[in-house]
Amino acid sequence: MAEGHSPLAQFEIKTLVPIEIAGVDASFTNSSLFMVLTVITISLFLIGGMRKGALVPGRWQSMAELSYVFIANMIKDTVGSEGRPYFPFIFTIFMFVLVGNLWGMMPYSFTFTSHIAVTFAMAFFIFVGVTLIAIAKHKLHFLSFFMPPGVPIVMAPLLVPIEIISYLSRPISLSVRLFANMLAGHTLLKVFAGFIISLGVAAGWLPFVFVIALTGLEFVIAFLQAFVFAILTCLYLNDALHLH
Amino acid sequence: MSPDHDPDKKAPEDLDAFGKKLSKARESEEARRLWKSNVTRPPKSALGLAFRVAVELVSAVAVGLAIGWGLDYLLDTKPWLMVVFIILGFAAGVINVYRMASGFGNAVGYERDNEAQAGNTADDAPDEKGKD
Repeated sequence: MAEGHSPLAQFEIKTLVPIEIAGVDASFTNSSLFMVLTVITISLFLIGGMRKGALVPGRWQSMAELSYVFIANMIKDTVGSEGRPYFPFIFTIFMFVLVGNLWGMMPYSFTFTSHIAVTFAMAFFIFVGVTLIAIAKHKLHFLSFFMPPGVPIVMAPLLVPIEIISYLSRPISLSVRLFANMLAGHTLLKVFAGFIISLGVAAGWLPFVFVIALTGLEFVIAFLQAFVFAILTCLYLNDALHLH
Repeated sequence: MSPDHDPDKKAPEDLDAFGKKLSKARESEEARRLWKSNVTRPPKSALGLAFRVAVELVSAVAVGLAIGWGLDYLLDTKPWLMVVFIILGFAAGVINVYRMASGFGNAVGYERDNEAQAGNTADDAPDEKGKD
């Protein structure tokens, strides 16, 4: 395949503004650019939508309100009223991932959620934060998390390491799910788009139809994965707030 | 409701109670709709389920591998702890998958939403059974 047309070329990190702090490469990359764009988009969407604060919302305001209500209901249904203080956190995560995914759907853009470094960093901080909340709330009782109730004590040496591994695998499964979905989806799109050109007029329409269908699917996945990321965060939070 | 239907009798309490009932019904209705449309349907696809199972299984094995390798490195017991922890990791992965599939426990399970939903739809569950 020609250079620059590899299906994976879209995931390349390009340095836009080289910055080096104490020998660490902290350059402003295309990934950073799209994160900044995402934050700006969310801010514009929410601040602009709520600018009027009309009693009867217009289209824009109802969209902003809908996103609020959506997450508020999600937290209420999964965590309950104790989850209310964490609404800003969950809402931020959801909007950041969702708008990041949607920015990735723009042609020639960069999908920062398709990088394990980004998703794992988010998942890791969620994991650490949730664990700290659990420890702060339940003190040493937190350790009962690793010993399911009703298990004979003889099983403990075997079961506790298994439970700890199961617990530690959370940030990995959380981040891999988002990253792999975005990576696979965007690669697939690019591969099929490449077929259109190489098959030409004769048979190129077939992959073209696929690409159209996949683009629709990819929008669904963009939403779904943001939703899954947020809801898993809620479930972890729920575990932390009410052990078992 | 029908006896005191005239508006000037006990109107404020009635309205208040009615308002509460209405908002409650609306909330649960909306929540149910959101759950139904966004949770139960799309991820129920076989591919999505398979992907989730694979991720759960592999991530636990990876954690086991990492812990074993790290402990080996620290304790100088080269391959042994890694072997043990990979097996433990596999067991943890199977537990993860089991919990995910059956949807209970302190699962890394997003199937838990069914529980939340069950709370919401507990009242109309018998109806559905009756229909079948």
